[in-house]
Amino acid sequence: MLTINNYVRPETVEEAYELCQKKSNVVLGGMLWLKMGNRTVNTAIDLCDLGLNTIKEDESCYRIGAMVSLRTLETHVALNLMTQGAFKEALKHIVGVQFRNVATLGGSLYGRFGFSDVLTLFEVLDARVCLHKNGEMSIAEFAKFPRNRRDILTEVIIPKKEMRVAYFSQRNTKTDFPVLACAVSEIDGVYSCAVGARPGIATILGDDKEILKDGITEECARLFGEYISESAKFDSNMRGSSEYRKKICRVLVRRGIMKLKEAENAN
Amino acid sequence: MQIKLTLNGKVVSADVDADKLLIDFVREQGCLSVKRGCETANCGLCTVLMDGVPVLSCSTLVARASGHIVQTLEGLQDEAGEFIEFIADQGAEQCGFCNPGFVMNTIALLRENPDPSDEEIKAYLAGNLCRCSGYEGQLRGIRAYLDFKKEV
Amino acid sequence: MAEYKYVGKSIRKKDAMQLLTGKPVFVEDIVNKDALVVKVLRSPYAHALIEEINIDIAKKVPGIEAIFTYKDVPQKRFTMAGQTYPEPSPYDRLLLDRRLRFVGDAVAIIAGENEKAVNKAMKIIKVKYQVLEPILDMHDAKDNEILIHPEGNWESLVPVGADNKRNLCAAGCEEDGNVEKVLAECDYVLDRKFHVKACQQAMMETFRTYTEIDRYGRLHVISATQIIFHCRRIIANALDIPKSKVHVEKPRIGGGFGAKQTVVAEVYPAFVTWKTGKPAMMIYSRKETQIAASPRHEMEVRVRLGATKDGIIKAIDLYTLSNTGAYGEHGPTTVGLSGHKSIPIYTANMEAFRFGYDVVYTNRQSSGAYRGYGATQGIFAVESVVNELADILNVDPIEIRKKNIVREGMKMPAYYNETTNACALDRCISRCKEIFDWNEKFPVRDMGNGKVRTAGIGLSMQGSGIPNLDVGSATIKLGDEGFYMLLIGAADMGTGCDTTLSQIAAECLDCSVDEIEVFGADSDASPYDSGSYASSTAYVTGKATEKACLELKENMCKIAAEILGCAFSELEFRGDGVYKLDGSTMVSRKDIATKSMMCNNIPAQVTVSHTSPVSPPPFMAGMVELEIDKETGNVEVLNYAAVVDCGTAINPNLVKVQVEGGIVQGIGMALHENVTYNEKGQVLENSFMQYKIPTRIDMGKLHVEIESSHEETGPYGAKSVGEVVINTSAPAIAHAIFRATGVWHRELPITPEKILLSMDNE
Repeated sequence: MLTINNYVRPETVEEAYELCQKKSNVVLGGMLWLKMGNRTVNTAIDLCDLGLNTIKEDESCYRIGAMVSLRTLETHVALNLMTQGAFKEALKHIVGVQFRNVATLGGSLYGRFGFSDVLTLFEVLDARVCLHKNGEMSIAEFAKFPRNRRDILTEVIIPKKEMRVAYFSQRNTKTDFPVLACAVSEIDGVYSCAVGARPGIATILGDDKEILKDGITEECARLFGEYISESAKFDSNMRGSSEYRKKICRVLVRRGIMKLKEAENAN
Repeated sequence: MQIKLTLNGKVVSADVDADKLLIDFVREQGCLSVKRGCETANCGLCTVLMDGVPVLSCSTLVARASGHIVQTLEGLQDEAGEFIEFIADQGAEQCGFCNPGFVMNTIALLRENPDPSDEEIKAYLAGNLCRCSGYEGQLRGIRAYLDFKKEV
Repeated sequence: MAEYKYVGKSIRKKDAMQLLTGKPVFVEDIVNKDALVVKVLRSPYAHALIEEINIDIAKKVPGIEAIFTYKDVPQKRFTMAGQTYPEPSPYDRLLLDRRLRFVGDAVAIIAGENEKAVNKAMKIIKVKYQVLEPILDMHDAKDNEILIHPEGNWESLVPVGADNKRNLCAAGCEEDGNVEKVLAECDYVLDRKFHVKACQQAMMETFRTYTEIDRYGRLHVISATQIIFHCRRIIANALDIPKSKVHVEKPRIGGGFGAKQTVVAEVYPAFVTWKTGKPAMMIYSRKETQIAASPRHEMEVRVRLGATKDGIIKAIDLYTLSNTGAYGEHGPTTVGLSGHKSIPIYTANMEAFRFGYDVVYTNRQSSGAYRGYGATQGIFAVESVVNELADILNVDPIEIRKKNIVREGMKMPAYYNETTNACALDRCISRCKEIFDWNEKFPVRDMGNGKVRTAGIGLSMQGSGIPNLDVGSATIKLGDEGFYMLLIGAADMGTGCDTTLSQIAAECLDCSVDEIEVFGADSDASPYDSGSYASSTAYVTGKATEKACLELKENMCKIAAEILGCAFSELEFRGDGVYKLDGSTMVSRKDIATKSMMCNNIPAQVTVSHTSPVSPPPFMAGMVELEIDKETGNVEVLNYAAVVDCGTAINPNLVKVQVEGGIVQGIGMALHENVTYNEKGQVLENSFMQYKIPTRIDMGKLHVEIESSHEETGPYGAKSVGEVVINTSAPAIAHAIFRATGVWHRELPITPEKILLSMDNE
């Protein structure tokens, strides 16, 4: 059971930052995961009055506020257009509409949860996380950012680029956590592949072996899938064994790459 | 702490604990349609509308709802009244415990998408669990309502 | 089928609009909000003895009213199983016991003014446990030197083969014909073992009970229960107080599926109120409902099925090992259905059968009643073996069934030698084949990208009430201006029995259903009824309702005879009143009602009880189409067609929804509802985050139809429908998965991982 002694809506990010330096204080985000834990929070910091619930765009990028809901991302026309629907595919499985209306992008990313579909997707979008004090960094850097360095995630920047993205996951039921989640993308000729729910935090891998450098064929998609499943580390939990994860990783990555080819052909 | 929100059209002010959940608050305010079915934000029984958006009241602090407009089924009887008889005509209400959350989210669905396909209905309502009906009767009811609306 | 006016009509449920508009009709909505909050401190160990328990500091938490430990409770053992006395389930429980038998067993009861105080007190109760070695695997239980119930006052009231010194909750064997001899003569004998886990009913409303002392000083219990009268007895037993001191009522119930046929939550607030005199309420969390409630019995079912090369099934030998967990609730009774509701489906050519079983205690969560009640486990096994036989013989699984299934008029040796008065199973199969398009869907079809589609089949039967035992009753009263009041002790838990019983009354009394008002259920006011379980309500209480209405009509004629000053024999009842046979005059219902309340010695109300000597089985055929991803093991349920024979469908809509709900519960059980115990004896699937029941995007498209038959012993030809509906999903799905992958899965749930990895092993 979650116990909260005080609730504060800071008026500035700096104020929120100051408050969150104390270990007993916590930023609420959507409060979904927080609520399921058994902890006592001295001050709950709610970022809802900081104007972080909008998606702004300019010529070069989208700036997504930390308090933007997962549902907003899922239904965002331009983001889905840019990613051939990968946003929708990655987010639609998360429990239900009501849940995704409450869950925030910031909360989903800041927790750096192993099961996170959001993190897995964002890892292949060339996205950058903005932290109030520690500044801008890539998602991959943020994933490794020490958890004890407490900061406020204010927004996430996604470059406006021509990109091809595909998202595949395996779940025991449609709205369960993924047993495995795979996101692949090709941006400026560079391929990225993120494997999430291993069940550890999503790892990002590239086409280091240049398997795809001459374009996508069935065979090289298969080889790339093999390569990723050999490179990523898998573990076992309630939802699946490492053996199973490894086996389906190949399949999901291969299908993802083939979907990139479809997107290429469609253009 | 002091909070103030609009609940079903009425302004409500109250002194609440910082960790008071919206579900418990609205129930204390007499909105007993709002139900709790789990502790893990999985069942959708506690769905209310906040500023018109369906949210899980079990995972929302009343403190966050302060300053916002909250609606429960008590406040949306007329809007619900348009389609719930079609559910009743299928016998798909069954035990009824999941009904308020299901009805609230169906209201949200129909506001967003007045003419949804079966697949869209199922996808939108996937977060509303029901153990009695097997869901098919609920779908038949909504479909019957949509067909009826097209006829008139 | 005979044409009726109100029976057979899809009438809206009487409470439908109250439920759909979210009115306060459930336990938590209608009780005193200032009731004490009651919670139970639960054992962290699967097997332990309490060495010391210190509640002194916890008691000082502001707002704490009382804390009770094993030292405070009556020492007479009882069972929480909602069954007719003397219960087959052993008396093996205390309200609180020094010995703790599963992770989640009750250590202390805490009552306080609010939840925060109770939680705080719970944290600071100091318990010193002597941790004992548990028995977690049911295979280790029988004759283990570790005893789950070594206590001297353990008692089995009914000879069910129970022996607490052997960890046996029940044991038995029956045989008809010489099984070994017949099996030896068969061309094929398939010997297979199946495993079904302790699945959860997962009704949306968790267990909850409110208690208070009423104006007569009695204990008034408002509870989400299927069994008000058994509940009264069990609470009185637990508290060791006279039955007369307990009054139990149920408001609307948020689903039951058998879960609420066990007294899970009631005894704790009841004890608190009895001791403190204050109103108390206990609401089970979902976690408690998952770990300390009344799930399905885990069963291992071994089937030996013998058949000729022509597909004639001649013998079945079935042995079930059932795990009742820490306590014996429903242990001795559920196991019987694993054989009695599976073997008789293949009565036609059966020359011999044997059915043996052991039900063992372990240090797992106590099991209870869940829709299907053992039949589900047995049918998964037998249906799977029949499907495998069809595959081995290379014949259509529908054809093999046509040769072997039970048909109308057959005596079923494996079903207490009952004869099927009404059996449309053959028609169910034919119709299902047609609406499902079996010939099109059964072949394995390659959809590309690793995906294949194919189909599977399962049959099912169940019973209708417990014969020669359970009692259904109905009171029907004529009220002012001629309306009727129907009082029942059966429990509408969403199923709609308040409405279907009203339809039966309306049919008999020849009036509209709106003219029948219903009240239920209340142990002070309702006529005695065993309660709603064992697929009994429509069939048993329904018959009582019909009989009561017939008697009331007679009494109304007698009152009319007094008004008209003529002989009773000159009159007949016609719905709106009583008419002289010659048509010369009539007395309206309104006038009869008025007369009944003025200078009258003839009761305008009657109560009738009914027990059936038989339990006519309903039947069902189910067919599923799956798409299986052979590269990931993923399963998509595409279509599920089912045709049910429940005799006369009193309310076809409600029958259909019963079938659909049962199919989807069955799909969940077959594919993803898992129960995992770790080495400490903890259930890992302790929430809806981990225990995945189907959502509406997990179940495909359902297509349900009804094939009527006429059961002469039932009200207007009705049999039951509530339970038979859950049994076809698992065997049909396992069958389709075999078709796609070449692997038979004999343990549920069949997860994508199991599917994929087993294909590799082939």
